Amino acid sequence: MLKKYRPVIGLEVHVELGTRTKMFCSCSANHFLAEPNTNVCPICMGLPGAMPYANKKGIMATIKAGLAFGCEINSFSKFDRKHYYYPDLPKGYQISQYELPICKNGYFDLKESDSKSKKIRIRRIHLEEDTGKLVHRTLEGRKVSLIDYNRSGVPLLEMVTEPDFESANEVDLFLREVQLAVRYLDISGANMEQGSMRLEANVSLCKEEDVFDLKKGIYPDYKVELKNINSFRFLKKALEFEFERQAEILSRNEKVVQETRGFDEVKAVTFSQRVKEEAQDYRYFPEPDIPLLTITVDIVEQVQKSLPELPSQRRERLMKDYFLSSNYTELLVSDLKRAEYFERAVILAKEKDIEINKVVGAMINQNLDIKFSEPAGLIKYLLEIKNKAFVSADEVVASIDVVIHENQQAVLDYQSGKEQILGFLIGQVQRKLKGKGEASLVSEKIKEKLKS
Amino acid sequence: MIESVPDTIEKLQEGLLKKNYSCVELVDYYLNRIKKYDSSLNSFLTISEDSAYSQAKKMDKVLNGGSFSLSEYPLLGVVVSFKDLFLTKGIRTTAGSKVLQSYVPPYSSTVVMKLLSAGAIMIGKTNCDAWAHGASGENSDYGPTKNPWNKKYVPGGSSSGAAVSVSSDFSFVALGTDTGGSVRQPASFTNLVGLKPTYGLVSRYGVVAMASSLDTIGHFTKTVEDSRRILAVTGGIDNYDSTLCGEKGEKIGEKIKIGIPKEYFGEGLDLEVREIILKAIEILKKKGIAFKEVSLPHTEYAVPVYYVIQPAEVSSNLSRYDGVRYGNDRDSFGSEARRRIMLGTYVLSEGYRDAYYLKAMKVRKKISDDFDHVFVDVDAILCPTAPTPAFKLGEKANDPLKMYLADIYTASASLAGIPGLSIPAGFTKDKRPVGMQLLGKRFNENKLFDIGEMFQKLTNYHLEKPVI
Amino acid sequence: MTKVDSSDIAKIAKLAKLDLSSDDVLTFSSQLSNIISYIDKLGEIETEKIEPMSQVTGLSQILREDTSIPENTLSSSDALSGTEKTHNGYFVVDALIDKGEDMKND
Repeated sequence: MLKKYRPVIGLEVHVELGTRTKMFCSCSANHFLAEPNTNVCPICMGLPGAMPYANKKGIMATIKAGLAFGCEINSFSKFDRKHYYYPDLPKGYQISQYELPICKNGYFDLKESDSKSKKIRIRRIHLEEDTGKLVHRTLEGRKVSLIDYNRSGVPLLEMVTEPDFESANEVDLFLREVQLAVRYLDISGANMEQGSMRLEANVSLCKEEDVFDLKKGIYPDYKVELKNINSFRFLKKALEFEFERQAEILSRNEKVVQETRGFDEVKAVTFSQRVKEEAQDYRYFPEPDIPLLTITVDIVEQVQKSLPELPSQRRERLMKDYFLSSNYTELLVSDLKRAEYFERAVILAKEKDIEINKVVGAMINQNLDIKFSEPAGLIKYLLEIKNKAFVSADEVVASIDVVIHENQQAVLDYQSGKEQILGFLIGQVQRKLKGKGEASLVSEKIKEKLKS
Repeated sequence: MIESVPDTIEKLQEGLLKKNYSCVELVDYYLNRIKKYDSSLNSFLTISEDSAYSQAKKMDKVLNGGSFSLSEYPLLGVVVSFKDLFLTKGIRTTAGSKVLQSYVPPYSSTVVMKLLSAGAIMIGKTNCDAWAHGASGENSDYGPTKNPWNKKYVPGGSSSGAAVSVSSDFSFVALGTDTGGSVRQPASFTNLVGLKPTYGLVSRYGVVAMASSLDTIGHFTKTVEDSRRILAVTGGIDNYDSTLCGEKGEKIGEKIKIGIPKEYFGEGLDLEVREIILKAIEILKKKGIAFKEVSLPHTEYAVPVYYVIQPAEVSSNLSRYDGVRYGNDRDSFGSEARRRIMLGTYVLSEGYRDAYYLKAMKVRKKISDDFDHVFVDVDAILCPTAPTPAFKLGEKANDPLKMYLADIYTASASLAGIPGLSIPAGFTKDKRPVGMQLLGKRFNENKLFDIGEMFQKLTNYHLEKPVI
Repeated sequence: MTKVDSSDIAKIAKLAKLDLSSDDVLTFSSQLSNIISYIDKLGEIETEKIEPMSQVTGLSQILREDTSIPENTLSSSDALSGTEKTHNGYFVVDALIDKGEDMKND
């Protein structure tokens, strides 16, 4: 059914910035797990007479994100008031950005595989304040919402993409990359479970014959908004479910209702949350209490210089400089801590004249970076092996294969529970290797083989 | 009990230093007058007796301590009232509305704190048009305030109670807010000096916001020299209002040239007011001040522009009053507040935003440019503060548009963000005060004060008091 | 005369979260029509090349450092002091009638 249609997906990602203080007041921005309403002040609670004062760090972080995603930085930017009523919005308006966001017209090179890559256009990245939190309860028979304003006023980055995604996989890749980049930039923990990264997707299906219109900017005449989905995995499932659901409706020549849908994790289906009758009228106007932002060329250059190496750049470099496979590279890049560990280990390895491959293998295959919390420890260990002229892992594996082949009964005994046989088998391997098998490597490899 | 209090801060403080009276005795004096006379005037909503005495005792201790200087406490002993828009920690703040009927704020506004640190003593919170929406005091949810010069008349608004508290001798000075004339006009109606400072000079933090791009924190005094002293304390950067400029203004030249805008003397100007203003001009001319006719061509658009921008910002600033964290719910809004919220929401709404809000912001630029052009040639502008003297209670209450038109001479300055000073300039035949207005370049309050002080050396209007 | 009719008033009242009686609707309709007609005067002026003036100060880039000022944070009791509708440190409102979690008008 889906074959006749092409998914058209656009994303809206919110990232809570890890600044010390909130965006418009000096309350701590660290609200996670705090007792309710203990992290508030007149400004973030919207008390009468309170006025916002913009946090420089929030703006710098937004510029950083913009530059990392190839955006143009607006030399004049401003905040606007976005009006709507909801109990978690204390002022009755959110200070956000409307016509002059800090960043616009960015892009991201999405590489699904070595041969498949495309550009995702990023329409804008802007800065706004977060709302409070609602908790639903029943008190004395009455259905109520409890409100906590600790989170109110925390700076939020909002990234909006063009509807350039065609598959759930593309979306998944992109979101993981955004999460990684934001962590590399050190502007947010981007933690889905803690809510410091939030996802929204707009999904429609385009008929096969209308696919060329997409290039002209003509999109399907409806979109379904997926919201309140708190993991990449669930979003992927929700998207896939939506594709089928919408395809089924369209193939019956019916119209898909424009609405907001959530995802039921248990039933693995999307469900309607609210039908959008008409667009909200936010009555935007420029925030009078915050002067214009002037982001000069100097400021942009300064931020550009301070940018760390981004995941995409690191991947390229690792593959180029160290001839690593894309799998290995991915493993090293996808965890910021691990990537940093690797970089430091490489520096030390070069000093001690140890091959980079050995470092990679020790980390990826044997997880020795967990055993040695400092790279210096790992390098010391590798140096020991080198000096002791231990044989390579391949040789170890080859010997293990031979030993297993030659000692079938012992192997069976071990596999049926006689743990002590392992010592004997290891001894056999070391004899074959003339004692030049590195102990933990032998132990690890033989256990691996014996499992299968 | 003290019989009377001197006319200026300087003389007041001389008396304190000479121990003619103490701060506590000053508080006794004012509280006594309030209790005796305010029930028929309704200028106070809350009297902060306990904290007044506590502050007075503290200041008396400082006085008697010996080693202090007036530069440390420039307003020592000055009893002050605050319009009920100023948040005062631990003391009820209503904004003149039933929405905040029992609201006790957990923090104080910057200006309140500045005045108290300077040695001033807060006597209470004054009545005002609810949310500062009005030009007469009649929109207060707590009953209108009366004009002490004639109780059948309004004292002006929205800082109605503030003006009355000074002119009736219930406080030495009073703080108010001026968004479209709400300090200048009541000053004119009650024979006081009323200052609207340059937008960006005095912190708005902790004052209930009406229209954020127009609101200024102003004050009422009997003399121009005292107005200057108060501004020296209230003005300046704090770390909470990010629209503050911290500018000092130009150096003051010797020769003064004043412009008379022809558009302010046309139809609609009361004949007695016109006469009084022209007479004031003659008085100043005799002292060597040069006058020149100038033009502010977009004057006729000031009120329509003001009544788009101000309600738009009002509708936004009043969104926070939903009864969830404080106050009563939105059903407690009075009719003028509701009207302005509706008007503001309308001009910002989809389909009308460009035609009204955006358009008004463009015309605003033109109005501001008018002043910039004029100030190339002249140092200040002199004109009436209001088109009429104080009007009768109830006279304009049923026609909101008629009330809005009263802002004709004050709205332009608010839109341009320039300072305005209203000074007593005379009385009508039936003894209603009439003020004249001086407008200046941004941050040039000093020039206005100079001209005002000169005028007050040549006239005695400001020394007259109403018989209550 | 620009007409602000009853359906306009109803729509605006909803946006402004004001409950109006039917009398109110009529009164506001007439008053707002009056006021808006007066404001329409602004249409007389040519403003095509004019930049809208949203701020008079001419200030820009007024930012604060990312340092916390603990004295500014309210105590929980101060934060909750404005109303009695609280429960265990939270503010309380009647639940909104909607399906699903956290319904925001986005």
